[in-house]
Amino acid sequence: MQAFFDNTALMIVLTGTLVGVAATLLGTFLVLRGNSMLSDAISHSIVLGIVVVWLLTHQVSGPVQILGAALAGVLTVVLTELLVATRRVKNDAAIGLVFPVLFSIGVLLLNLYARDVHIDQHTVLLGEIGFVWLDTVPIAGYPVPRSLIAMGAMTLVNLLFVVVFYKELKLTSFDAGLAKALGFAPGVLFYALLTLTSATAVAAFDAVGVILFVAFVIVPPSAAYLLTDRLGRMLIYGVAISAASTIAGYFLAVAWNVSIGGMMATLTGVFLVLAFLLGPRHGLIAGELRRRGRRRHNECRTLAVHLYNHEAGPERCEECVTSALREHLSWDDAKASRIVARSLAQGLIVQDGDMLELTEKGRAAARKILEPWRR
Amino acid sequence: MTPLDLLSDYTIQTVVLGAGLLGVASGVLGSFAVLRRQSLLGDALSHAALPGICLGFLVAGARELGSILLGALASGTAAALLMLLLTRKSRLKTDAGLGVVLSVFFALGTVLLTRIQGTGGAAQAGLDSFLFGQAAAILRGDLPVMGAITAVALALVILLWKELKLVCFDPLFAASLGLPVVVLEVLLTMMIALAVVVGLQMVGVVLMAAMIVAPAVAARQWSRRLEGMVLLAAAFGVVGGITGAVLSAAGSGLATGPLIVLSVSLIVLVSLLLAPERGLLWEMARHWRNRRQVRTAQVLATLHRLAEAHEDPAYPSEQGTIEAYYGGAMGRVLRRLESRGLVRAVSHPPETTLHWQLTAAGLAEAERGLDGPSRRGAD
Repeated sequence: MQAFFDNTALMIVLTGTLVGVAATLLGTFLVLRGNSMLSDAISHSIVLGIVVVWLLTHQVSGPVQILGAALAGVLTVVLTELLVATRRVKNDAAIGLVFPVLFSIGVLLLNLYARDVHIDQHTVLLGEIGFVWLDTVPIAGYPVPRSLIAMGAMTLVNLLFVVVFYKELKLTSFDAGLAKALGFAPGVLFYALLTLTSATAVAAFDAVGVILFVAFVIVPPSAAYLLTDRLGRMLIYGVAISAASTIAGYFLAVAWNVSIGGMMATLTGVFLVLAFLLGPRHGLIAGELRRRGRRRHNECRTLAVHLYNHEAGPERCEECVTSALREHLSWDDAKASRIVARSLAQGLIVQDGDMLELTEKGRAAARKILEPWRR
Repeated sequence: MTPLDLLSDYTIQTVVLGAGLLGVASGVLGSFAVLRRQSLLGDALSHAALPGICLGFLVAGARELGSILLGALASGTAAALLMLLLTRKSRLKTDAGLGVVLSVFFALGTVLLTRIQGTGGAAQAGLDSFLFGQAAAILRGDLPVMGAITAVALALVILLWKELKLVCFDPLFAASLGLPVVVLEVLLTMMIALAVVVGLQMVGVVLMAAMIVAPAVAARQWSRRLEGMVLLAAAFGVVGGITGAVLSAAGSGLATGPLIVLSVSLIVLVSLLLAPERGLLWEMARHWRNRRQVRTAQVLATLHRLAEAHEDPAYPSEQGTIEAYYGGAMGRVLRRLESRGLVRAVSHPPETTLHWQLTAAGLAEAERGLDGPSRRGAD
């Protein structure tokens, strides 16, 4: 047990994973609602909450800090919605106006009253997860890192929130109107979600810094969203991607001697790019293959329709030959022979010298397009 | 130091010129971003500039603004293109696309930053100013670089004015005219990266978002035309930028970025409240005036109805009765009607309370109001 808590690498990876899991659980719903940039705004303005609470209580972490930051986060959202309600400012511009102001006030307060203390702006912004094991509290005789306790608690709270309100969260994310009509108070749930996001951000800030926290809120859920259509799986994939990013990120960072938190967040981006390219249904490559398949299918059907239109008429000898395809369908020779070969393979046509003739299957395919009412 | 001393100070001159350039670039280009509802693009691209700043530093081997800004521009552009690719070719929405680009590029930037810190020693000191902005770190030699970037951005805006305007307000119409809408949109996005690059050193990557949004939002309140909005946004950007930069450089020791952001945000607040037509204060005044007018007309109508019901045009109605109808004190409304000569206060013995009676003018006014289209069959 002592060895467990003395293992620096394990402590760092564990804390990182908890940050990732806690952030992803909430981020999934923010991404689905299209509000994920609010997490960026919140994570900037919690700086104000952190500074104000520090000025009042001289506590850098702990429940009071988390509460203060949560309030700052909620304040951001309230101010943004107030600005939007004036109908003078659009939603995106309102976000871009509010959080810089709150962040600026926080930084100026730091400048004025808090020079040379632990919470300088760099720590807030960048964090250093490599030092989590330095700040420990003894629990049952073991030195447990403070960040690990905070993140463990927040992960538990977030998990509880998602499990208890799963149905409600699902409904409000996909159909806020229906949720409201059924009396589920989507607004309350939304504020709860954002309050938890702020609280998690402050618990995470000295581990990974607020902006890298944003990476864990937005990127793994986005990657998961590209991989699946089911909410349950999206949550699981997102959590898995976060965990994989933190573990791999730690070892790469140590190997290259760079920022551990930064490397962890960078890897979430790598996973997103992979999901974007290789996703089974929504991925770029799968989409391209699907498009190509559809194009080929349509080419064969075009040929079938062409032959069907002319097979009974006097122009049959002129139209139903391979050489006619170039002029009448404006296909070049290579393309025409490719399509003919494919149609032959699929049993849509048969070739008799130069003449092309529809099989019964090919005739049925053409009829399905030209005369869909005939079954 | 008197204001005159301040202006002749070498550092302050540099800072003022730099802040001016920043204000022009971000005001003009921000206007297009805000109108196209891409306000948060500035936020994403400024964070995304961080890896480029580090790369520029690594390549040049020292804090050389030219290569640093070139790097920032390159990574900002790469981020913009990646964002467009993600949102167009996948089912991610704009917010997720922006968030992904912002956080991943910033993460990459922190990785590179620690790489530099590990190898470069003291030389990286200059890089810190790019995070939060530091007016005093601007050198006279930096100004031509910032000026050149601003000039390029402005030249593009002037040359493509008509096209950009159309793409902002009606992209479908622009496409139907055969304009290359996608190319223009990509160009506008990249020009935001230009504006971001100009401001990086002054405001820092974190707060550059506000410089893109705030001057444009403030200007929008004062003008209904793109020409006016762009010019005003540039002016607001310059005023806010110089105010914040001078406050910071004049020795307060406060970070420049936050001071500039707060100055510009103050302009936004004043504009939202006081701009002609759109100002919130004027709207509140209008609202209040309307409510007063409606209430006055209502009370007059009530008095008329009471008189009708008693078949006596001069029927004295008790003030308490009217107040019971409206559920509140009506004394001020009645006094206002009295001062317009529409009602008069009378006593109605043996009761001792105040009563009100329509005058001839009041009767005519009430009938005119009631004959209007809004008369309802309440009797």
